[in-house]
Amino acid sequence: MAPLIQTRGLTRHFGGLKAVDGVDFTLTQGEIHGLIGPNGAGKTTFVSLLSGRLPAQSGTISLNGEDITRLPAHHRARKGIAYTFQITSVFPRLSVFDNVALAVQSQGTRDLTARTRAALVRVGLDGLEEQEAQTLSYGHQRLLEVAMGLALHPRLLILDEPTQGLAASEIEGFKSLVRSLVPETTVLLIEHNMEVVMDLATRITVLTFGRVLATGTPAEIRANPHVQEAYLGA
Amino acid sequence: MKPWILHIALIAVLATAPLWLSPYHATNLARIMVLAVFAMGYNLAFGYTGLLSLGHALLLAAGMYAAGLPAQLWGWAAGPAFIAGIAGGGLIAAALGLLALRTAGVSFMIVTLMFAQAGYLTLLYFAHVTGGEDGFAVVSSGRVLLGSDLSTDTPRFLAALTIFAIGLLASLALVRSPFGRTMVAMRENEERSRMLGYNPFTVKLAALTLSGLYAGAAGAAYALLFGYVGASFATIQYSILPMLYVLMGGAGTTLGPFLGALLMFALIEAATVLTTAHQFIVGAALVVLILFAPKGILGTIRERWLRWLP
Repeated sequence: MAPLIQTRGLTRHFGGLKAVDGVDFTLTQGEIHGLIGPNGAGKTTFVSLLSGRLPAQSGTISLNGEDITRLPAHHRARKGIAYTFQITSVFPRLSVFDNVALAVQSQGTRDLTARTRAALVRVGLDGLEEQEAQTLSYGHQRLLEVAMGLALHPRLLILDEPTQGLAASEIEGFKSLVRSLVPETTVLLIEHNMEVVMDLATRITVLTFGRVLATGTPAEIRANPHVQEAYLGA
Repeated sequence: MKPWILHIALIAVLATAPLWLSPYHATNLARIMVLAVFAMGYNLAFGYTGLLSLGHALLLAAGMYAAGLPAQLWGWAAGPAFIAGIAGGGLIAAALGLLALRTAGVSFMIVTLMFAQAGYLTLLYFAHVTGGEDGFAVVSSGRVLLGSDLSTDTPRFLAALTIFAIGLLASLALVRSPFGRTMVAMRENEERSRMLGYNPFTVKLAALTLSGLYAGAAGAAYALLFGYVGASFATIQYSILPMLYVLMGGAGTTLGPFLGALLMFALIEAATVLTTAHQFIVGAALVVLILFAPKGILGTIRERWLRWLP
């Protein structure tokens, strides 16, 4: 399979802090790729570089072989990189419908209502269309984030800690939702819930101190002594 | 459907106003409708897109001079002069946006204020053409539209009503359209919009240009209907006025600009009778409003009772 995303020597420092420090990373088309690591390992910074929220200091990012390192965030979004925020960032004073419609209409306004409803049904928020987003429970706001990401029909969907704040019952539904996205959409999943990552991901990359510690299948990652030492604490 | 019926009903009621208002008050209402068009444009930028400009007087004056000067210098009739006024407002707004939209928040306020001030000083500098502080009265040949003399009561009122009606219905259609939703997205969460594939700069530039078209239309209408063009319309006072109208009526409501313009006009009229310090009464009214109804009259009504109000 061709790589969808490839980074070479990707680097971003904040003063003396090496948040992302020379990361070589490959994302294969159609996989669910888990990104794990201790707090402060640089996971969110790394995906912010991918999505263009932060500019890279050095190194390159390519999407389907095309260099996108210098492309502004909104161009990357249009090229199919969707980012769902770790700290929920919906439009709080707009309705649930308007939140998702904004994502849908950036792809064109034909069948806007139907496509918006379809995205809401997919995450199970149908029936809440008219509610103001800020009045939703935290878990529902997380799902709204995901619906907005899905509505972009992305080639790459970056989910930054999507199950945070979800009830155990909601997590099951969420897992089957993510599984239903591949292989049309490639998923990059930052997740602290190990059970969810090990269950969903086809491959996992472990970051520590802004560097890649290991990449492999869930079984390989579990068995890797360095990972156990640095992160899993076993 | 309800919003459309409400807006058309308002226009219908206004159309009957000359039947039950004295000519003096009908002319005032025409003036209010023109100022409301200016405020509607301000509302698109400030109320919907979140662009707090302190330079809209520049756009009003651009429309006023772009209509008034061709009438004066080259004998243009009211129709072409009016179109030139709209274009003038839009062009200056686009130019202003290209420079000022590199900033945001307080910097944007200051930069727009500075450009408006520079525009005002430019009008004074070229006083031999613009008439400077004194301005000039628009020649009567420039105030004829399709054979009607816009300096007489009925044509003037009808022209003001037509411009107001088109402006109001266009703004209703706009804010209910996908682009209207995108404008609100800029106000609410620009960073998130960017991650949905929108370029905030181009969206805000388009919104500011639309706002300028409204300001230009209002400036041109003012020149052609009331027959006066002057640099005083480019002063800071005319940047503050539409903001006050919008804040009073309700920022981000389609009818707020008209309601604000109407009430503020009436308030100033009433205050002038009572005292020479009418500015004080206006100020006090605004302080009360911001303290007790910061969302303006219609903003509060929408929040409490009428959720469907656009």
